[in-house]
Amino acid sequence: MNNLWFALEGAWQVLLAGLLLGAGLPAIFSLGIRALSYGAHQNVDDHTPHPFAKVVAGLAFGLVILAVVLGIGVIVSHGMGYRLSFENLYPAFVPK
Amino acid sequence: MSPELIVLALVVVTALAFDFTNGFHDTGNAMATSIATQALKPKAAVTLSAILNLIGAFLSVEVALTVTNAVVNIQDSSGAPRAELIGDGGMALLMIILAGLVGAIVWNLLTWLLGLPSSSSHALFGGLIGASMAGLGVNGVKWVGDGTKLDGVLGKVILPALLSPAIAVAVASVGTWLVYRITQGVAEKYREGGFRWGQIGSASLVSLAHGTNDAQKTMGVITLALIATGTWTDLEAVPFWVKLTCALAIALGTYIGGWRIIRTLGKGLVEISSPQGMAAESSSAAVILASSHLGFALSTTHVATGSILGSGVGKRGAKVNWSVAARMLMAWAITLPAAGIVGAAVWFIGHTLGGMFGATVIFLILVASSLWMYRHSQKSRIDHRNVNDDWVEDVTQRQLPEEPVVKPRGMRSKV
Repeated sequence: MNNLWFALEGAWQVLLAGLLLGAGLPAIFSLGIRALSYGAHQNVDDHTPHPFAKVVAGLAFGLVILAVVLGIGVIVSHGMGYRLSFENLYPAFVPK
Repeated sequence: MSPELIVLALVVVTALAFDFTNGFHDTGNAMATSIATQALKPKAAVTLSAILNLIGAFLSVEVALTVTNAVVNIQDSSGAPRAELIGDGGMALLMIILAGLVGAIVWNLLTWLLGLPSSSSHALFGGLIGASMAGLGVNGVKWVGDGTKLDGVLGKVILPALLSPAIAVAVASVGTWLVYRITQGVAEKYREGGFRWGQIGSASLVSLAHGTNDAQKTMGVITLALIATGTWTDLEAVPFWVKLTCALAIALGTYIGGWRIIRTLGKGLVEISSPQGMAAESSSAAVILASSHLGFALSTTHVATGSILGSGVGKRGAKVNWSVAARMLMAWAITLPAAGIVGAAVWFIGHTLGGMFGATVIFLILVASSLWMYRHSQKSRIDHRNVNDDWVEDVTQRQLPEEPVVKPRGMRSKV
């Protein structure tokens, strides 16, 4: 029954990473959208975002884009024999 | 030309055909939600997905030779075919691979005809398992591995298939719930536009990941066949032409688009909106990438379907069509054994007739059954024009037997 144990171990890690990236990033993206619409009613057309809200939204979208770029980096580097490392806290690509 | 080389050519053509079905079977995994919410026009969606699959296939430079090693005992641990299977110029091994591929394609086409998103990897593994069992007996299949890592049919196929849809449902429902919670009362103009872009971005990521994950399975199978006949000897690399043709086959399949499956995923399960679409695709992308990173083998289809279901579970008031979901679950459960039975049956036919003749006959069986299913599909065409029509079961509750499931061309009402 080793397999079951390994599978649960893998599943647990995938679930954690999935929640963090797969649910967390859409949530951050939503925060960006919420920021843009600050002060607007649900059905307005002539609303311009508050300058500060634009900065918040930009940060949120930037974070999501960064994560996506890293995601693509993982795919590409995986094929080239590199892996993404967070050992120095900032992401870096190191040979496998 | 020796008979082995002719059979080898049949194997290569069949493997590329499988890769093609793999592409069109899975277009919906990435693009069904974007098509259903009209974030992208159907043709634009399949084109984008095809290009990303093509790029993705080229990015999978890693050696894919051991891909079948997890489930069947036809190779040693270095990836080289077992010596006793290539004693006769590789014919024994080629027959197993050919029969396995035929089983996989037949099942892929049948589920496509029924509009069911089933796993192409399960079909491939199932076909190979069936053919190996027929050719080598029960010991031809690696059922549980050696216990040191996740391995064998149980560890690489069955357990991940049970766990991964549940993970995807959980991630997507949490994501959807958060997205709706955060954007409650947000102005419609930001919400629709923003989530459309988010949806296209996340769906693109799923397409790219699909290209890297799935194309290399076929590359591995073709290279194995080449090694068996001695045409290729390098265990560490895949010939460039194999990479190129596999990438093109999966991209072409994706572009042709399995519209019947796209329709089931986009319209049949959940009436989907842009925020849900984005949550679903983000969940799929994250789960697929995380698991390939951690070496947890799973099926893109299971994850994508689980995510779409989860996006229905996570939105308050959304209706999930559980009868369609149940039909899909059933298809998942029988994909592996069904492809296996077809694989075993055609192996017996091929082996009994023997050699080049046997291989040609099972190839013709494949061509005939594919043509039959294609002709059958033309009776109720589903393509980019009617893929988004209302789901009929939903509208009428009970369907009259003589009423076609999809209205014929020209009669389509604009919704």
